[in-house]
Amino acid sequence: MHAEAGQIAKKVGAILDKYQHDKGMLVSILQDIQEEYNYLPRESLEYVSKTLDVPFSQLYSIATFFKALRLTPRGRHLINVCLGTACHVRGAVKVLETIERELGVKSGGTTDGLEFTLETVNCVGACALGPVVIVDGDYHGQMKTEKVKDMIKQYS
Amino acid sequence: MVKLTIDGREFQAEEEKTILEVASENGIHIPTLCYHEEVSPYGACRLCMVEVTRKGRKRLVASCLYPVAEGLVVRTETPEVNNIRRTVIELLLARCPDSEVVQEMAHDLGVDKPIFSLEEDNHKCILCALCTRVCQEVVGVSAITLVNRGVDRQMATPFYDFSEVCIGCGSCSFVCPTRAISFEDVGDTRVLTMPHVTMEFKLKKCSKCGKYWAPERQLEYIAKTAGIAPEAFDICPDCRD
Repeated sequence: MHAEAGQIAKKVGAILDKYQHDKGMLVSILQDIQEEYNYLPRESLEYVSKTLDVPFSQLYSIATFFKALRLTPRGRHLINVCLGTACHVRGAVKVLETIERELGVKSGGTTDGLEFTLETVNCVGACALGPVVIVDGDYHGQMKTEKVKDMIKQYS
Repeated sequence: MVKLTIDGREFQAEEEKTILEVASENGIHIPTLCYHEEVSPYGACRLCMVEVTRKGRKRLVASCLYPVAEGLVVRTETPEVNNIRRTVIELLLARCPDSEVVQEMAHDLGVDKPIFSLEEDNHKCILCALCTRVCQEVVGVSAITLVNRGVDRQMATPFYDFSEVCIGCGSCSFVCPTRAISFEDVGDTRVLTMPHVTMEFKLKKCSKCGKYWAPERQLEYIAKTAGIAPEAFDICPDCRD
């Protein structure tokens, strides 16, 4: 526990130094912390609050305002299901439902053991391949509900 | 000093004042919910909309934020203004159908039932941020803020947890225009109830009469910020000479 607190102080402290402890750079600071931990640990926000003398509530407000900032850790693999119009009419919703059932988490959720995080996106510009599912940057085109199981197996 | 006209009457006002300030100083009533003279204006409730004419151009503005200017012509009661206020109060009434303050205000503006569907999870918060502004600017602890975004926006403490900086003073409850926040002192505990967070605070016992009279955290905070010895609060105000 103490080791982790010390680690946060060191890592987040370095990020704060980079921005010269400027309170006007909060969003960039939070982005950098997220880059480091892949989410915003509560302790890191507490550390920023204490060090920069910014209310904890203000940091929480920022962290929940921007969609790009997360307060829960993301899994090792990120599954993005495209729900753009083209994918949608070709059954992307069914594909999403199948993945949700397969992983046992709803869209936006992360499986136990931080294996997968499931998210949706509104068009990735690969409409000809629809429905598209992107796993860790790999594009899986012409997705079908029957192909979901095999696709997930590739990554687990 | 600048000269301006509000509802046909001419006024002189200092430049940094807002239309709302000048109007209320001169007895012209403009309805508001999120305005309080002790904190900075925020422009959240949109009930204080008025019509301004400047250089021949007419527009509707929030009077709590709009600074006065030379030659400004303001009208606080026009069909357009009343119309927009009615729409605003209809939306607020649909959001908080149980709030008596909103009901009364709607009634005064001629709205009894909103055409919009009523909000289901019933709380009385209109997200005017008056509580958060008081917590920050008057109390100085910033225990609460508006969190999330869009339709998910709520007034809350960080992580919806007990706030380590909240002193339990209840200023948020006192200032809330729709009575969305309340507190009750039960025995030695103060229970502060917000729409999505409930917090409990231990109260201090008067060493003379034994009455529980204020949250311990609040007294510690006052002692610290005002530089008073904490022992000064051992006795409640009623028992002091």
